[in-house]
Amino acid sequence: MAVLTFRTDLCKGCGLCVDACPKGVIRLAADKINNKGHHPAEAAKPEACIGCAFCAVMCPDCIIKVER
Amino acid sequence: MIVFDKPKALADVPLHYCPGCTHGIVHRLVAEAIDELGIEGRTVGIAPVGCSVMAYDYFNCDMIEASHGRAPAVATGVKRALPDNIVFTYQGDGDLASIGMAETIHSAARNENITIIFINNAIYGMTGGQMAPTSLPGQITQTSPYGRDVTLCGWPIRICELLSELDGPEYLERVAVNSVKNVLSAKKAITKAFRNQVEGKGFSLVEVLSSCPTNWGLTPAKALEWVGEKMIPYYPLGVYKDRTAAKEGEAK
Repeated sequence: MAVLTFRTDLCKGCGLCVDACPKGVIRLAADKINNKGHHPAEAAKPEACIGCAFCAVMCPDCIIKVER
Repeated sequence: MIVFDKPKALADVPLHYCPGCTHGIVHRLVAEAIDELGIEGRTVGIAPVGCSVMAYDYFNCDMIEASHGRAPAVATGVKRALPDNIVFTYQGDGDLASIGMAETIHSAARNENITIIFINNAIYGMTGGQMAPTSLPGQITQTSPYGRDVTLCGWPIRICELLSELDGPEYLERVAVNSVKNVLSAKKAITKAFRNQVEGKGFSLVEVLSSCPTNWGLTPAKALEWVGEKMIPYYPLGVYKDRTAAKEGEAK
């Protein structure tokens, strides 16, 4: 199973990873705010992740680590 | 097994760019190219003036800040003084295509063995969204509130096509970072531009069509759609010059 790790404190909540994910794994956490004041990305359905790293490829801030 | 992690050549600091700005993606691609070629210890980057002015804080290689538009001139000096080092410039459209046009054209004409990463987002970002030489006809900006009027302001400049008319440059390619597929091809182009320099081939420029969600007034996702719908038709992607490939083609 693939594991996604987000460096939540660096996330700017742009949502490009959400759109890039083919499996709908990622969402912006509506109930959390990071120290930059954004709703950070999080894995809502981590079990569905296939480890394609499309999210990490599109992340402008390089906050996603993908392991498989 | 790690499938994806931050490249080593990219410094571990928060980027100052706006949310969704594709500068971050291109920074990462440059860092990945440096890592892949194993040239971090002998690479010198030249930072421009513009949004990416603070690029000198973001790469782990040596960096020099050039005055506005003069990055190719500074890169020429560094490369001639230290020919074994790998020298790249990272410039936006206001820097490279406007005030720095002379340096750009002449360094290409001289076929300086440097690598230029050119970010084209069709607007001046840092100064607040004014019309750039690359703004599209009809594009609304701070200084063209009714849309760019080409009878008054002229037509956008296509840098790759312009430079491809010169005999000097080795490699010119236009890529975009609006989708996963395009980011992956952008990575290939940027790595090739660096490899050309390592192999001593000469002037390599990669133009990257980027987004500016803040000054375009769009969400990050809509801005990437705008790149695909408006920019790519006006600035077609592709290789505009590749002398090595052309020679190999002739030999065949």
